[in-house]
Amino acid sequence: MRRDVLTGSYFTLGDIACAEGALAAGCRFFAGYPITPATEVAEHMARRMPEVGGVYIQMEDEIASIASVIGASYAGLKAMTATSGPGFSLMQENIGLAVMTEAPLVIVNVMRGGPSTGQPTRGGQQDVMQAKWGSHGDYEIIAFAPSSVQEMFDLTIEAFNCSERFRCPAFVLADENVGHLREKLVIPEPHEIKLVERKRPKCDPREYSPFKPDEDLIPPMAHFGEGFRFYATGLTHNERGLPRTVDPEVHAKLVRRLNEKIRRHAREIIRVEKLYLDDADVCVIAYGIVSRSAASAVRLAREKGIKAGLLKLVTVWPFPNEEVLRISEGVKRIIVCEMNEGQILREVERCNKCSRISFIPKLGGEIHTPREILSAIKGGS
Amino acid sequence: MSQLVHPLEKFVRPGMESRIWCSGCSNGIVLNEFLRAVDELGLDTSKMVLVSGIGCAGRASGYVDMDGFHATHGRAIPVAVGIKVAKPELNVVVISGDGDLFSIGGNHFLHAARRNVGIKVICINNFNYGMTGGQAGPTTPMGAFLTTTPYGNIENPLNLVQLAAAVGATYVARWTAFHVGRIKNSIKKALMKKGFAFIEVVGICPEQYGRRQKMPRPMDMMMWFKKSSVISRELDPSKAEFTQERIVVGEFVDVERPEYTELIRGQINSIIEKLEKEGKATDVEI
Repeated sequence: MRRDVLTGSYFTLGDIACAEGALAAGCRFFAGYPITPATEVAEHMARRMPEVGGVYIQMEDEIASIASVIGASYAGLKAMTATSGPGFSLMQENIGLAVMTEAPLVIVNVMRGGPSTGQPTRGGQQDVMQAKWGSHGDYEIIAFAPSSVQEMFDLTIEAFNCSERFRCPAFVLADENVGHLREKLVIPEPHEIKLVERKRPKCDPREYSPFKPDEDLIPPMAHFGEGFRFYATGLTHNERGLPRTVDPEVHAKLVRRLNEKIRRHAREIIRVEKLYLDDADVCVIAYGIVSRSAASAVRLAREKGIKAGLLKLVTVWPFPNEEVLRISEGVKRIIVCEMNEGQILREVERCNKCSRISFIPKLGGEIHTPREILSAIKGGS
Repeated sequence: MSQLVHPLEKFVRPGMESRIWCSGCSNGIVLNEFLRAVDELGLDTSKMVLVSGIGCAGRASGYVDMDGFHATHGRAIPVAVGIKVAKPELNVVVISGDGDLFSIGGNHFLHAARRNVGIKVICINNFNYGMTGGQAGPTTPMGAFLTTTPYGNIENPLNLVQLAAAVGATYVARWTAFHVGRIKNSIKKALMKKGFAFIEVVGICPEQYGRRQKMPRPMDMMMWFKKSSVISRELDPSKAEFTQERIVVGEFVDVERPEYTELIRGQINSIIEKLEKEGKATDVEI
């Protein structure tokens, strides 16, 4: 009997679906710190993790949470933490450490309204740019934006698969609205869930270079305690893992590879969903909970004979540059809807070639209503 | 002709040609003592992980031929906790400095000791931030002159031994760089300890600390330690005085408490046993 994949249909909370997704993905280490609206992920992990033989540990703060997740990942476990804006801010430095040491791990950020303590119980999409640029230095990141309880489950598994495949942190950027949403969740049979495991070294331990990549730019990963006696540092390092902090070539080569290993595989990672886009004059771009209002609005517009379509971003990072460019060449107008003051909007503007872009911001925790979006579609503003 | 090889050469990480430590720095003394302890205990070094943070002492994890992790500033302990909890069979050791472990990383020390996670923490206390050029830190003595205390330090230094004892470390010792042999014996004890163990080694920093306190030569600080240190024979942290005139050294705590990873495994085993007995996949409502 599988205790980690609880196959069946449920009526449950987004945060709980996320935790179950992690367990189904093979996560066996969770470290966290209580924070609204992500606490339910930790609470569910505290109850469920021992049942699958994994470890739940409540750390002293979010900095310690992400640090211990890095340690557990290097010890060989799939590991995760969950937080919200203030905790995500605290994690930024060690997100950089995970990027630099190529530690596979998943960070769930159930987004609330900021800046600062802001609106703990209300939803937002204000951490999208922070997810990309929050830590210092140049780096690429992978982030999924679930729009339903089912996607909280599915995309948490995807986040684990990407983090394992590319040896990098992967984010689940959920909004509070999805985290606290209750709706149907279907957990499939174990054999229906595709899992990816990190690449492991096959060489003699004495020959092992911990940061020497294969053709795909990803180095195989040894675990602590296996006799490889390797070293990982946040300092600029060579392929042996040894610090080389003043050599410009070593630094440039390392940073470019860390970026390239994501960029080169962007097509493999990026996921978008399209609705009525084939003949659309107007394209709405949205993600997370907002994409559901946008889908309703587009359907309402079609009923009225307006050629509207939707581009739903399932991954927000890497950004689907090519998709947006292609759409901008085919439609007259693009409408970006986000629960912030314009974050993905900037990316759309960057990729846009021909279309007029309008933006519907939303602050305060409210979701765009389909009518608001419909009125923008009709309005032509 | 046979080649002369240093007895600890076997512990040096291949490819690490140079060390960053200054002449006269006592970090090498502490690292030597650590390696002698490992050698004398005959520990399997492939089952050891050395974790450190940022700073001079933090470079130790790179120099030794064991698994090593060099974390961000102050975060060696939570990384070590993650490793230990994920793989309790490993002997996880943190070697880092006073600023790293007790200023920026202070919170983590409190909680790892409180939880009694079976990691070993060796702090080389050199009274200042050496790598960044000699700034005052959490153990800088009152009145000391450093680049950020140009008129003399007006902050009270932490007593690391008393702090460690107060938050629940199961083994606590303090030595100075003068106490070679005793440092090693304490590290041996710590390495064999089940619970959280802490050793403070009061170190020599001639370049950044000593020369600003009229102790410019390495021997000046060594002579200060020799003259001022008094060995306590009692397991009593209240005796662990630390002043310019009197540095009480020795062992201050040596007790047993249930270790964290053993408690976790105990819970996991009983929960799984119950589920198996009842033939259930879960006891949790989804």
